[in-house]
Amino acid sequence: MDLLTLLQILDSTMRLATPLLLACLAGLFSERAGIFDIGLEGKMLAAAFLSAAVAYTSGSVWIGLLAGIAASLVLSGIHGLASITFRGNQLISGVAINFLAAGLTVVIAQSWFAQGGRTPQLSGAARFNPITLPFADSLRDVPVLGPIYYELISGHTILVYVALLCVPATWWILYRTRFGLRLRAVGENPAAVDTAGVSVVGLRFAAVGICGVLCGIAGAYLATALQAGFVKDMSAGRGYIALAALIFAKWRPWYALYATLLFGFLQALALRPDLIEAVLSFKVNGQLLDVLPYILTVIILAGFVGKAIPPRAGGEPYVKER
Amino acid sequence: MDVMPKWAEVVLVPLISLLLAAFLSALVILAIGESPTAALKLMIEGAIGSTYGWGYTLYYATNFMFTGLAVAVAFHARMFNIGGEGQAVLGGLGVALVCLYIPWPHWSVALIGATAGAALFGAAWAAIPAYLQAKRGSHIVITTIMFNFIAAALLNYLLIGALKADGMEPATRKFAEGAHLPSFQDMFSFGEATLFRGAPANVSFFVAIAACIAVWALIWKTRLGYEIRAFGHSESAAKYAGISPTKIIMISMMISGGLAGMMAINNVMGEAERLVLNAVEGAGFIGIAVALMGRSHPFGVFLAAILFGFLYQGGAELALWTSIPRELIVVIQALVILFTGALDNMVRSPLEKMFLAMRRKKGEV
Repeated sequence: MDLLTLLQILDSTMRLATPLLLACLAGLFSERAGIFDIGLEGKMLAAAFLSAAVAYTSGSVWIGLLAGIAASLVLSGIHGLASITFRGNQLISGVAINFLAAGLTVVIAQSWFAQGGRTPQLSGAARFNPITLPFADSLRDVPVLGPIYYELISGHTILVYVALLCVPATWWILYRTRFGLRLRAVGENPAAVDTAGVSVVGLRFAAVGICGVLCGIAGAYLATALQAGFVKDMSAGRGYIALAALIFAKWRPWYALYATLLFGFLQALALRPDLIEAVLSFKVNGQLLDVLPYILTVIILAGFVGKAIPPRAGGEPYVKER
Repeated sequence: MDVMPKWAEVVLVPLISLLLAAFLSALVILAIGESPTAALKLMIEGAIGSTYGWGYTLYYATNFMFTGLAVAVAFHARMFNIGGEGQAVLGGLGVALVCLYIPWPHWSVALIGATAGAALFGAAWAAIPAYLQAKRGSHIVITTIMFNFIAAALLNYLLIGALKADGMEPATRKFAEGAHLPSFQDMFSFGEATLFRGAPANVSFFVAIAACIAVWALIWKTRLGYEIRAFGHSESAAKYAGISPTKIIMISMMISGGLAGMMAINNVMGEAERLVLNAVEGAGFIGIAVALMGRSHPFGVFLAAILFGFLYQGGAELALWTSIPRELIVVIQALVILFTGALDNMVRSPLEKMFLAMRRKKGEV
């Protein structure tokens, strides 16, 4: 395998890891505040649909992005209402949100566009297009570093860079701000936060809201950057894989980046069976490659890669003492 | 002391949740420019207006009884089994192997063999996530979802490979005549009158009812059922009483997986009579709504399964005659899960306040 093929694989790793990374960071905010969120998948799907639909109708991908974030926030609101306000079961609420998104997107897409539950193809300004970073073209001929800069670092859509910037931003918010300290505290010991006079409900809603925004970006990325339009069930389990990556990353931002890059790499490999055949010199079954991320998820969850301790108050509704 | 009388708990709360879900579904239908009343009329006519419609409704209900019971048994041990879909896929594989490779003399023995195969494969598929939950603490919700994906890929692999029949379609060959289950049409047509003509409901409906009774007996009349419920109420108390968490998680999940797998005697053996891709059609997921709606009680599951059978068949009629797509049933299912599961307190607390106020008034008089 030469440098160029390797760079191509790493390039598609980046593109495929981006939605996982955004969803993983979304889950990180929510779970660090003590709210489990199985509904990442549904929020991404809803955002993917509405962003594509609005981007197609309005012709502007930015309005589409906002619409996608709004769709995701509405579902976040439902999750917050069920699991914070009414202290319901967070897992069941998440599952309900996933089904709600899976059903509603197709029902609405069918009545809006009548194309069998998909949106029309997006093109031009209705899509996020790759941006070429400065000097990428002129530095292209520099040996080794030139191709790396041109192929791997430059030429992604803006959302890829946004996702990467979210990693240090998340780290900074969680570990260097008062809000972050309180957010982490509310996931470990909400009673202590309450005693200090800070609103548990407010903090948790804020976390669920941030989760909604990030899932919205992730979904919009799927439909308007990675692909050109919405198709039924296009999130394809990414929300669940992001959750597994979150556990693998032990709920920490930088490790979330590494974990999602690993999953992105596996998905990129699954797209290139010819390469695997060339490297391993025997044919690998296509179905096996497709399920590899799911199998890896199970292996990671089985804890063969170290013990992960979740936030202590995760999944428990907070009841003020009377 | 309970705040609400038992009838309110068992009937009123699910009924209000259902009405809320129905109301929102009606809004969705309105929003896409169709009439909810016309839709409801069409659903009733299509699903229960003829023995043909009933034949489909009860066929779907049979699927949902198995998957609903599966989720309910796991709920009693406070396990959330979202893997019913994958377990039913594997159950289908079990049924297909039993029916393809054993020459059955009569359907009754074939049914017993196929049920055993289905349950065995379903239970085995649930056993792996259960073991990982019990021994390694891996989250059963995520692992069972992953096993759904893996099951679908496995079936795909087998149906274009080892089990594929001649021809283009990814499916096995048709099962032999000895494995043909009597349909309702075979069973309930007397002389001139042909009832349930062409509908897929078959004898496995009665197996599903037997399964409801068996689960009821297991949960409330046996020592094991007591241990499962004790574990579900309080893991630490159960441990203190000498109940092994590993044993309860493994057994309850394997019973759950076995029940989900047994659905295959209905859809694979009873209806298709061969194994095809995507035979489960989301029934494993509807089991979640059925179990929540039925409050994890076998009789509740029975009623909720028939309700969802009605919705499923009615939804198919809607898709046929109007512009409302089949996915509407997924929306209804999601709303039922939301209101009966996650937003339970929203429905319950105003009712509790009402009953409390009524009781106080009575006390004053």
